[in-house]
Amino acid sequence: MAEPRIDVSIEHKNRPESSDGDRKHPNTCPSCGSHYRDDELKANLGVCQQCGYHYPVGARDRIAQLADQGTFREEASELRSEDPLGFFDLRPYPERLAEAEVSTGLGDAMVIGSAAIDSEPCQLAVMDFSFMGGSMGSVVGEKLARAVDSAVERRVPLVSVTASGGARMQEGILSLMQLPKTVCAIEDLRDARCGFISVMSHPTTAGVLASFASLGDVIVAEPGALLAFTGPRVVQQTTREKLPEDFGLAESNLRFGHLDGIVPRTELKPFLARTLRLFSNGR
Amino acid sequence: MAGEDERHLRERLSRLRGLPLLRGARLRGDLDRFRKQLDQIEAQPSEETWRLVEIARHSQRPYTLDYVDRLFEDFVELHGDRARAEDPALITGLGRFNGKTVAIIGQQKGRDLNERQKRNFGMPHPEGYRKGMRLMEIAQRHGFPIVTFLDSPGAYPGVAAEQHGQGGAIARSQALMARLTIPLVACIIGEGNSGGAIAIGLVDRVLMQENAIYSVISPEGCAAILWRDGAEKVKAAVALQPDALHCLNLGVIDDIVPEPAGGAHLNPDEAARMLGESLGDTLDQLSALPGAQLRDQRRDRYRRIGVYSALGAEPALRNGS
Repeated sequence: MAEPRIDVSIEHKNRPESSDGDRKHPNTCPSCGSHYRDDELKANLGVCQQCGYHYPVGARDRIAQLADQGTFREEASELRSEDPLGFFDLRPYPERLAEAEVSTGLGDAMVIGSAAIDSEPCQLAVMDFSFMGGSMGSVVGEKLARAVDSAVERRVPLVSVTASGGARMQEGILSLMQLPKTVCAIEDLRDARCGFISVMSHPTTAGVLASFASLGDVIVAEPGALLAFTGPRVVQQTTREKLPEDFGLAESNLRFGHLDGIVPRTELKPFLARTLRLFSNGR
Repeated sequence: MAGEDERHLRERLSRLRGLPLLRGARLRGDLDRFRKQLDQIEAQPSEETWRLVEIARHSQRPYTLDYVDRLFEDFVELHGDRARAEDPALITGLGRFNGKTVAIIGQQKGRDLNERQKRNFGMPHPEGYRKGMRLMEIAQRHGFPIVTFLDSPGAYPGVAAEQHGQGGAIARSQALMARLTIPLVACIIGEGNSGGAIAIGLVDRVLMQENAIYSVISPEGCAAILWRDGAEKVKAAVALQPDALHCLNLGVIDDIVPEPAGGAHLNPDEAARMLGESLGDTLDQLSALPGAQLRDQRRDRYRRIGVYSALGAEPALRNGS
């Protein structure tokens, strides 16, 4: 029998191709080939003005795009991953962590904190794919749980922005436990009657899709984002099925009823503000 | 082999020491830890770990319905998610255990080729998890405890499964379990892999048979991604440590259920008796607790799981400054 491979792991979708010479500049649109200066790209929130392609955006930039100037107060930035399994594959886990911290300037793959979006107070939990594929280990789980506690305490809605390959294999079974952990946290949020808006960006897959990200009162995605429990490569390898062209993409998810909408990045802030206002209901 | 790994690790170590570290990257004590890892490589009983994986997947190992037959009276299987389909990879039903009605949800593998195909190798579609949720609602309404059996390579990775919302179904099944005010017990009887297993694994007590495995991903899947070579599955299994003792030490499970000598497949009746004994004690303990307390403790339990550290006090970063 074919060994079934269930992927709760890093889909290396956004990784640059291995060191071949024709690697494209990160500011060149992979969809239509348009090229932008840094300031142009930043001014348009990392969206191609020609074709609408959404470039990857890190957690800090995302927060700057969404939060009103000067309102973001980061929480739990001191949390760092440990290496409870003494895990090493081709490289030791602490080395991967150290390099990720050096290259991203982040403590782990999620940044949380309080903020206001168009004057609407909320709690933000934003993931960063460039930190080990946005994988969810103990720190990401704990940060999401603390974001919930903070939202409940201040009686404000939670807004999460996900970008993740899934659970972090290097923390083994503890990473799988972050699924129920974040789910339990979201249930506490619901009991406290705080709203939860889940924004899925590319990619939101495996363990993160199969836990808190799918539990938003309102779930929206960015155009073209891959949102799948199992990514196309593994589905293809395991089942030999012919994949539809839009397999797992936000547009397909909307059609099958898994999303409330697709919101382009340039409209995300006003969309969130409007929705947050509805949840706060004049309070 | 060990010598090569050792050289490799030492090389990495020296590189690690040379990295320009930000505030925060923790390296204190790492040297000791790597030394321990080197010792581990040398002493690693990798054949032992792989033997465990093979026993957990043994084709004669008792499956969910084998335990249901032996442990529950008057079992009535319930079918269908009332929306789209019946999923034979996940069975649900009601039965009596020690005279009391319980709800049963479990992944089901098949033994011969036909049965395996019918059961989809124990890999549920979203419809299976929705059927499970239907049973959870029945159990909640009537106050029946729920016993789940985890034995699956994972949730099915197919086109239709994705289109019908595999990720969301797994999330919502867990969310429902976090709301229930009845006793919930999970028995890991074979392989508990990834989201497909945890979908019915958010419970008050987790019982794990001594030769079962519980892991974030199958060794093959882990090898394919981290080693970029599925053939490195033995190394991946050793790194993932999917064994019961490891899970117990991390607080992920509550009890290791012994099996007959050589494994459950050699004496299914005795294996069922041992599992039934542990299940009986566990249900007795849980049934004595008020439902709201069960639910609150269940959430606390999961919210405490995780291993991380905190750096010393440092100023929080702010945007726009």
